[in-house]
Formats: sequence, C-alpha cells, structure tokens
Amino acid sequence: MTGLNTILDDLILNQVPHIHLCNEIKPSEKQAISLYKDFEDAVPIIHSIKPKQNQKKIHNALPILNDLEKNKKVQGATPQLQTQIFYLSGNIELGGNLVGVDIIKESKLSNIQDYIIEGSILDLKNTENGILLGAGVVEKMSLSVGRKVIVSTAKGDKFPLKVVGIYQSGIADIDNIQSYTNLKTVQRILGEAENYITDINIMLYDISDTPALVGVLEKKYNVSAVDINQMNAQFETGSNIRNLITYAVSITLLIVAGFGIYNIQNMLIYEKMNDIAILKAIGFSGSDVQWIFLSQATFIGVSGGILGLIVGLGLSRLIDTIPFKTEALPTITTYPIVYNPTDYLIGLVFALLCTFIAAYFPSKKARGIDPVQIIRGN
Amino acid sequence: MSYILETKNINKFFGKEKPFHLLKDIYIGVQKGEFTSIMGKSGSGKSTLLYILSTMDTDYTGELYLQNELVTGKSQKQLSYIRNKKIGFIFQFHYLLPEFSVLENVMLPAKKLAMKSAEQIEEDAIDLLKKLHLGHLVSKKASKISGGEKQRVTVARALINEPMLLIGDEPTGNLDSFNSENLFQLLKNLKEEKGLSLLMVTHDEDLAKRTDRTIYLEDGRIIK
Ligand SMILES: Nc1ncnc2c1ncn2[C@@H]1O[C@H](COP(=O)(O)OP(=O)(O)O)[C@@H](O)[C@H]1O
Ligand SMILES: [Mg+2]
Repeated sequence: MTGLNTILDDLILNQVPHIHLCNEIKPSEKQAISLYKDFEDAVPIIHSIKPKQNQKKIHNALPILNDLEKNKKVQGATPQLQTQIFYLSGNIELGGNLVGVDIIKESKLSNIQDYIIEGSILDLKNTENGILLGAGVVEKMSLSVGRKVIVSTAKGDKFPLKVVGIYQSGIADIDNIQSYTNLKTVQRILGEAENYITDINIMLYDISDTPALVGVLEKKYNVSAVDINQMNAQFETGSNIRNLITYAVSITLLIVAGFGIYNIQNMLIYEKMNDIAILKAIGFSGSDVQWIFLSQATFIGVSGGILGLIVGLGLSRLIDTIPFKTEALPTITTYPIVYNPTDYLIGLVFALLCTFIAAYFPSKKARGIDPVQIIRGN
Repeated sequence: MSYILETKNINKFFGKEKPFHLLKDIYIGVQKGEFTSIMGKSGSGKSTLLYILSTMDTDYTGELYLQNELVTGKSQKQLSYIRNKKIGFIFQFHYLLPEFSVLENVMLPAKKLAMKSAEQIEEDAIDLLKKLHLGHLVSKKASKISGGEKQRVTVARALINEPMLLIGDEPTGNLDSFNSENLFQLLKNLKEEKGLSLLMVTHDEDLAKRTDRTIYLEDGRIIK
C-alpha cells in the first residue's frame, strides 16, 4: 500500500513544482472606490467586477530567474511559456496546451525524463522545431515519432513541428492535451521576444520551506505564487485515506490475534490450575505465577512477531517480482513495494504490545487463584 | 515454653449471608521434634485447619505463630516466603508438576528460595532422593511413576529447603497399606533423625497411636 502511495505521490508531486509563479488573472485587490476618501467608512458594493487588464507574461522574468538561482533555499527555477494551441489534422482541430521549456533544466528538476516513452530530451534539445507530444494526442491523431504535426495558435498562425518524442505522464487529462517544445520555439510561434515567459517553476531543497517562501516571492516579484500544498491538498487526502485503511486493517488483524492469545492463555490457566496451586503451596508468590504466564506470552509474541515479519518480507519479495503493467504508470513493471525498516519495527512493537495486553488479564487471574480452593476441590 | 507452631483462639467462618462456623476456638501448640496427628470425622474441619496452619488460608480470626513470630496479617508475599522456607506440605493427592522430571519437581522450591547455586541444589536434591530410596527415579517424568513413589517424591520436595515443620493432609490416605507404612516410617525417621516437627491428619487410628500425640476434632472444636 505504501508502495502505491509513494508512486502516486511521485506521479503528482514530481510533476508539480514546489512553487509556481505566474500572472494569475484576477480582479484588483484594491478597487478604485477605495481610493476615495469620501467613502472611507462605507462598505462599497461593486457589481460585475472585471479582472484587471493584464499581460500573461511575467515582468522581468529573466532577472527574476537569475535572482532565484542565487537564493540558497532554491534548488532551481525553470522558465515556462504556456499557450493554448490547436493540433491540426486534416480539418479536425484538437484543442491543446503547448508548453515551452528549457528542457535540460527541466529534466534536472523534475523527472520528466521518466515519462518520455519514446525519444529523449536530447532529441528535443537538438531539434529546432521538435515537439514532445502527449501520448493521448499521438493516439488520437495517429502520429508517430519522426512525423510532422501542425499546430495553430489562437490567432490562427500555423506551424509545422516535428515529433521527436512521446510523453506519457499517466494522467490522461494531461496526456490528451499537453505537449512540450523548446522555449524558443513557442516564443517564435507566438511572435514574442526572448524574455516572454508566462510561468516560472521553482523546486526547493526542503519542501517545508514552501509556505514561508510563497509570500516572500509574491511580494518581491509582484506575481502570483502558488505552492504545492495548495495544489495538492486534495491529493494528500487520498494518501491519508489509503494509509488510514492500511492501519485500520492491520489493527483489526492485531485485535483478532490478540483475542486468540487471550483465549489460549485463559484456557492454559484453566488447564494448569492444579500446577498453579502447587506452585503457590510450595512458596511461589502470585507475582511469580503471573510472571510465568506473562513471559510465556511475551515469548509467543516475540516469536510470532518475528515469524510474521519474515513471512511478510518473503511475501513482499514475491509480490515485488510479479509483473504489474498499467498504462497510467509507464515507469512501473512490477508491483510497487516499499521496504521500510520503520514499518517492520512498528509491526513488531504493535504485535508485542498486543500480546502483552492480551496476556495481561489472564495472567492477572492466575495471580489471584486461591490454592486452597483448588486443593480442596480434588 | 517455645513452640514451633502455636495458634491462639482461631475461628473460621464460611459464607457471608449466613456464616457457617467451621472452626471454633482452636488452641494448638506444636513443639520442636514433636509428631502430632490430627483425627476427626470427615467434614469436621481438619483440612480447613491445616490450610490455615500452612498460611495458605488467611481468612480467619485469631492468631497464628510460627517460631513465636506472629504470622497472621502478613502480606501474601511474606507468607509465600514462609511457606517456601519454613513449611513443607504433603497433600493427600500427589501434587507434582506432571510435565517435569522428578528431579526438577524436587528442585523447584529451592530454586525459588535461591539460597544456593543451581548445581548445589541439584546435588542436594539427588542426595535427598537417594536417602528416600528414590535414586532410581531421578530423571523420570513425574507423570510416569506410581502413586506411592509420587507421594515420597512429594516428601522429598517438602524437605528440600530443610523446613522446620512438615504438614500433611492425609498423606497416606490414598496409599495401600504397604506404601502407607513405608511413608509413615519415612516421616517418623525424619522426626527422629532431624528433629523435624510434624503435623499430620490421618484417618488411620493405628498410625495415629504411633505418633507423639493426637488431636481430635469434632464439629470444628478440639475435643481431646
Ligand atoms: N468453600 C467452602 N464454603 C462452605 N463450606 C465449605 C467450604 N469448604 C469446605 N466447606 C465445608 O467445611 C467443612 C469442613 O471441611 P474440611 O475441612 O475439608 O473437612 P475434613 O478435612 O475434616 O473432612 C465441610 O462440611 C465442608 O463442606
Ligand atoms: Mg479433608
């Protein structure tokens, strides 16, 4: 389960930058009316607010990039130019998204490379009009590596691009529309200058710095900054629920096992009633007797726990070799398994705790057995 | 006069709603090296009295002294220690741990007492078994020996910590006359050779006559 979680986490998180800078389209925070001194104490009600007239491009994108590279917390920052385009095939127009990237930089910061199922990043780098097409687009338009695809901008300009590779993220919504090309290619298609950049993606060394840095960057560069937690809150919920299920099942199993041990110990104590009475009659105290039963249960717990871990490890190993292919996760060939020593430790501790609790109550009963009653009973 | 065991006005009741007065005003004194037998009809309270004297039953009124030390009111832990060190108990039924060997059964109380090393205990246990003519049983499993043998092994176990008092609840009750005589001789020798004090419930008038004195119980009262 953890293996799957990690993979799904990677799937999203590695494609999502820690901080994303862009010029979001939104209304001005300060509307004109608030500048009027006359209405200072009034609550203004404005109808049909329109978004601020704004460029999509980030102002001073290149100096910002330079500045970010110098920041010690920042692992790297990559420029992107995203634009809406149409893929043309005959008279069919397929809406899509073209992302211009600095592919070398991009591949260092994200694992985009893992998702290129045909071709390579170098092919893109070295081909002037190259395009990494989304797998969904490729399929819809029956294309293949080496062929040409014509894209058209919103303004209607058409450009032929050469398919140098195929990109499959595993998320169909992305693969059906998104393609990558070099930054310069997009700038040329749009007829914009070399400093025309719409988005900057930032990867940090420590993901926990994200929330603090977002505010700082937003103020400093006068852009919108979106952080990973905001984008992935939903995603976390999924992970959490899967974890919750894992723990719920494990705990249920432990409780069942605990009842088993409780029963065994209880029966054992009835069976050994005579022996307990003898021990007490010849000078063993109640706590001695309790100790005997507790240490026996601990032995069961430890040996059972260790055996369980070994069997569990063996099964994991086995499952690890079973082929597991899915369209959505192209990098995976066998079932994803995580071997985390902490998990095994937690398992052992819980198993011990469980046996101890399960054995405690019967052992307490053994402690309280009155030898006179047993001896008289015979 | 100093007693090994002494009781003062012990009374025992059973039940809470309508208490049943089982033992009434029991005064007993057992001297060092004295072999005392207790007789009485079935249900007269002999076993109940022995459980009190052996410190296993603490639910009574009155006072119990061992070597002039008040035992009544001591904690369970202290009582366990007293049973372990000072009192040997022989039951009517041969109470051995069936899964252990004869030797292990005999060693058990000494291991609990932990005054000697394990090797020393083993040596002593073997010596003791040999003295009781049980040397051939040492490594046998306790469940695989005869009733008479079991009862003598119980005696060995009761003696391993060299107690000052041996208490027996009809120890010969389940034995045939040969084994019964055998065991009685063994107990008598212990008293004579080691100066051990003995307190034994019996139904056998002949055996009782051969002890130093006999206490008769009737309806929970000492009548003689
Ligand atoms: N737990 C008990 N509750 C009530 N009465 C009991 C209990 N144990 C024993 N008795 C009664 O106490 C009486 C004396 O028992 P016991 O000491 O075993 O007699 P003895 O050993 O002389 O045959 C018997 O009548 C028996 O029924
Ligand atoms: Mg009796």
